Amino acid sequence: MNQPGRVERSSLGWLVLIAAVVGGSAAAFAYTAGWLTPGRLTPDRMLAALTPPSGPPLGHRRNHAKGICFTGTFEANGNGVELSRAKVFVQGRYPILGRFNLGTADPNAVDATVRVRGMGLQISAADGEEWRMAMINPPFFAVSTPDAFHDLLVAAGKKDPEAMKTFISANPEFAAFAAWAKAAPWTGSYAEDSYNSLNSFVFTNAKGDEHTVRWSLVPTAEPAAIAQAELEKRGPDFLEQEITTRVKSAPQRWTMVTTVAEPGDPTADPSKAWPDNRRKVQVGTLVVQRIEPERDGPCRDINFDPTVLPQGVRVSDDPFPAARSSVYRKSYDLRAAEAGDYPRTEVAKP
Amino acid sequence: MTSVPQRFAPIQRLLHWLMAICIIAMLFIGVGMVSTVAQKYLPLILIHKTLGVALLVLVLVRLALRLHFGAPPLPADLPPAMKLGARLSHLLLYGFMIVMPLLGLGMLWAAAYPVVLYGGIRIPALLPQSDHAHTLFWNAHVYLGLAFFALVLLHLAAALFHALIRRDDVFATMSPLPQRQQMKPTE
Ligand code: HEM
Ligand code: HEM
Ligand code: HEM
Repeated sequence: MNQPGRVERSSLGWLVLIAAVVGGSAAAFAYTAGWLTPGRLTPDRMLAALTPPSGPPLGHRRNHAKGICFTGTFEANGNGVELSRAKVFVQGRYPILGRFNLGTADPNAVDATVRVRGMGLQISAADGEEWRMAMINPPFFAVSTPDAFHDLLVAAGKKDPEAMKTFISANPEFAAFAAWAKAAPWTGSYAEDSYNSLNSFVFTNAKGDEHTVRWSLVPTAEPAAIAQAELEKRGPDFLEQEITTRVKSAPQRWTMVTTVAEPGDPTADPSKAWPDNRRKVQVGTLVVQRIEPERDGPCRDINFDPTVLPQGVRVSDDPFPAARSSVYRKSYDLRAAEAGDYPRTEVAKP
Repeated sequence: MTSVPQRFAPIQRLLHWLMAICIIAMLFIGVGMVSTVAQKYLPLILIHKTLGVALLVLVLVRLALRLHFGAPPLPADLPPAMKLGARLSHLLLYGFMIVMPLLGLGMLWAAAYPVVLYGGIRIPALLPQSDHAHTLFWNAHVYLGLAFFALVLLHLAAALFHALIRRDDVFATMSPLPQRQQMKPTE
């Protein structure tokens, strides 16, 4: 330490070193943030691919934008305890909050134009622990990976018919979904559809045993097939009107069925259904007791992020839940910031 | 305090370096996780929340120690503008360390997310859902996070400036290593 406090000529070298340290740190930060790698699949790029040419649905979910809220009860029969120590599997009744919805980025879509229907669901344990999920009616997903989902959105958004052909040859698994979309019967009610987790999760029971599972909510109402044209005739918002009157006259029920994978089953690929003979465990009944419009309803402000899981359930090697969580978070950030574009009615509460 | 300390107390130095490493990690994890849809998103955000809440506890301990032990004086020959800059920037660093985790928690509460940390530790919500509050906290967390990183870089440059160019005792006051040689009197 010579001459404290005096800046010397030799300090130029040190200055360069300091600049290099600071500049290098800033560059590492920019790289981590993805600012230097525009090819990285980010939540923003996924949302951009979901955005229709007319622009984003301001104040609404960026996908599954059209929907209606419900509340009710999950009646656990106790069978699930064998598979998972999730508190809501212990025999009993647990409050639920959910949302019936259509797989479209248009909150004003005509019901009969949307092939995929969904259900967002939250089950709360007595101590407030939450389990959230978002399920759809096809028996398997359209693609194998989040990257392929992005490619699908981009290809489907192009006018060029070759784009879809190129996409399908690169992602042959899509053919099964296209066949389902074309041939599967339509129903005339949210209450007549099954809603499937499609993604796999790992259940852990009290002994620590682990099982990879998927689950479905199977309606107790008998599905009645209806032609797409007939549904169209009933009106653009028929499904919401129908479920509102239907639940008003009687609660609607779904059985929650858990399917247990066997070693070697494709747990990481939601586009591949598991063989039919896999063990199935009925764990309880979902009872929908009340319908409320989304604008002022309790489901509006909930992100049905499928990675909000209770103790006893965790994500598997399926890459979708993580991707969905990241994208849903950003979708929520945006729609909450745009709440003014989708104003609440502000009914004075007594 | 009876005498003016020559260096920060060992526990203060330990906390400074421990928290420095963790905060730099937090900043990188923060911008890394929000720009990915890969499976590592889930462990990253879990670490971000857990470490962030731990840092909130640590900064409170650190402030208490700061009030108890005080800080060594800056070199007498440091220009007044630099002294002011040093004091203001340290104040700001403390401010960021307190505000960032609070904004992170507030943002999650205002969006009705359950806050679940590593090991299943649950933090109860102290705020109801609010679009307005969520948007405010989210923007503040994002932009203050970037400002925090810029200030950390400035702080790093200043520390190196003291250590390598001015060669005064400022770096030694916070050095993680035990100081063998006799400290020079500051006056
Ligand atoms: C990487 C693939 C996927 C992307 C990028 C994606 C994107 C989105 C987005 C942005 C939302 C709106 C979230 C919000 O603002 O709250 C959403 C909602 C939804 N998604 Fe996905 N999704 C994906 C995969 C899936 C899969 C595999 C399923 C079903 C198994 C699914 C079912 C749903 C349902 C049911 C909703 C509506 C939830 C609600 O009512 O709030 N999605 N999706
Ligand atoms: C996230 C990172 C960091 C934060 C939040 C931080 C915060 C602080 C704060 C608040 C002080 C003032 C202590 C007081 O007066 O109570 C301080 C002092 C100090 N820091 Fe840091 N620091 C960080 C990283 C670093 C790094 C990377 C270095 C060195 C390369 C460094 C070197 C120093 C030195 C030498 C002092 C003593 C200044 C003095 O004696 O007044 N810090 N730091
Ligand atoms: C020292 C404390 C903290 C620092 C330095 C920090 C820093 C950051 C940064 C740099 C980002 C990325 C912002 C962006 O570029 O979009 C971020 C995002 C985030 N942080 Fe923190 N954070 C801290 C504490 C916390 C805590 C305690 C929580 C919650 C318990 C939290 C929750 C979040 C969440 C949820 C996001 C994602 C925001 C979004 O885009 O939706 N943070 N944080």
